[in-house]
Amino acid sequence: MSTATHPTAHFDLEPMTEPSIEQLLEISMGPQHPSTHGVFRMKVILDGEHVVRLKPVFGYLHRNHEKIAENETYLGSMPYTDRLDYMCPITNNWAYALAVEKLAGIEVPERAEYLRVITGELTRLQNHACLIGFLMQDMGASGTPLMYAFREREKILDLFEALTGARMMCNYMRFGGCRVDLPTGWLDQAKIVVADFPRFLDEYEHLLVSNEILMDRTQEVGVLSRELAVSAGISGPMARASGVDYDIRKVDHYSIYDRFNFRVPLGSHGDVYDRFMVRLLEMRESVSILQQAMRDIPGGPIVDPKMKIRGFRPKPGEAYGRIEAPKGELGFYLVSDGSPNPYRYRVRPPSLINLTVLEDLCVGQNVADIVAILGSIDIVLGEVDR
Amino acid sequence: MNLETIKSEIEANVPGCRLEMVANPSPSGQHSLLLDGEHAVDVAVFLRDASGLRFDFCSNVTGIDWPGKEVAEKVKVRKLVDGIEQEVDELRKTTLHGTLEVVYHLYSVEMKHGPITLRMRTEDRDTGVHLPSLTPVWRSAEFQEREIFDLFGVVFDGHPDLRRLLMWPDFVDHPMRRDYVDPDDYEYEPTAHDAVLQRANQHQSEAEGR
Repeated sequence: MSTATHPTAHFDLEPMTEPSIEQLLEISMGPQHPSTHGVFRMKVILDGEHVVRLKPVFGYLHRNHEKIAENETYLGSMPYTDRLDYMCPITNNWAYALAVEKLAGIEVPERAEYLRVITGELTRLQNHACLIGFLMQDMGASGTPLMYAFREREKILDLFEALTGARMMCNYMRFGGCRVDLPTGWLDQAKIVVADFPRFLDEYEHLLVSNEILMDRTQEVGVLSRELAVSAGISGPMARASGVDYDIRKVDHYSIYDRFNFRVPLGSHGDVYDRFMVRLLEMRESVSILQQAMRDIPGGPIVDPKMKIRGFRPKPGEAYGRIEAPKGELGFYLVSDGSPNPYRYRVRPPSLINLTVLEDLCVGQNVADIVAILGSIDIVLGEVDR
Repeated sequence: MNLETIKSEIEANVPGCRLEMVANPSPSGQHSLLLDGEHAVDVAVFLRDASGLRFDFCSNVTGIDWPGKEVAEKVKVRKLVDGIEQEVDELRKTTLHGTLEVVYHLYSVEMKHGPITLRMRTEDRDTGVHLPSLTPVWRSAEFQEREIFDLFGVVFDGHPDLRRLLMWPDFVDHPMRRDYVDPDDYEYEPTAHDAVLQRANQHQSEAEGR
């Protein structure tokens, strides 16, 4: 039967004009939707397949981390920062330690700085690898890419376990240094893992970069302009995919990042594909930083000997410290009133702030693209809701 | 970046604005500028657009609660005691009304400098909690100001969508305030200890008294 003779066929071909309210469909994606990476809800208004409006709803994982930390000693909050972005506990520790070190004027010994860079970049490797795996999973490449990423992540988590005693909740940094020194043979093992990593990246790139389905799903989808990225405070790989040349490792020169030779990959379209690609390229740079750091690591103490752990009371004042976490700019703002616990403790969560442009990215796209766009932002709800 | 020069530049370009340096005694040396609410948006636009400053990246927005406190001081007063005029010490109590403070940390992506810290203070903590929103200047303030509205109770005038962010819409109080008392609606575990045990016992006795 030809469609021309079908009695209702011409109705389907009518061009859509201004939709009336009755034609719009409101759906609630989440909070238990598997693609939301946790408990996060979006109120989406659809016109057919197209997104007309999207309102994110937060707070399902809210536990008032900041209030709890204000009733706790400075060091007592350190293990709790692990639980913010639970994919990257070590960089959370690092940002908090950096803010407290600024607040109290604590120096960090050289070996501890190298340990921080090594563990921090390993964290970045496993975060980016997993994010790409999750993104593929969300778009329907069921299982394989994610399991490849998890295989590599497992090697890095084994290193973390040997060093800190925990795979994920590492609690590794201390004010003025790190908690424990490297166990015997750790560095050799880490060198093997890092040396093997580019082979995994080659494999991943070979499978994904010029994959036609991936390109169809991600190119020109969820485009974030450079102007909006700067104005909306977008940071990390997501901003760099939109062409914003801003890497806090290069800008702030915190820790010892000015000693390493590495490049900052930038995107030009700001779409999902660029965000995926920037992360892939960043992993190569992290491997390069790791190789340089593991070659140059000196001996010496791992914590400032003048730092006293018990009864730590910084003088009254305030400080804002930030680092380039795998997800973006992770900052801690601390106000001290001279007591053993912070008067004000604030986390600047990159996941939450990168998520605020979700509506701008999704409007006009198809409903199936929301999942890809959300996956490319890289959020962890432990940090979004705090 | 010297905050003194920025301050004089703002004063030269935004007529009528009242700025105050707030010194930070900590080794971080991050001093801040206290803005008046009336000219805050003009100052923010100037900081964002002025060549040489270009603070286009509003990184962090947060609130601080400073509750009011009673300050007792001894004052000498002349008084009639037993028919003779004498100088007597009298304890006089004054109540300093509290304030809610909002802090903005600005960086420049274009010039790659920063941070500078801006602050604004509300009149008090009850009714005079209005401050101008800086969301029209920096988009990144939108959700962070919503969070401050939610957790501290600062009302941002000119905010496009001022709703609670993390707590649910029917919630009434502001949990990040220092005097917030959380509701006693827990299901206590049998293994309560320390402060939780004390709280559980109090809960139990109140429940029995009812």
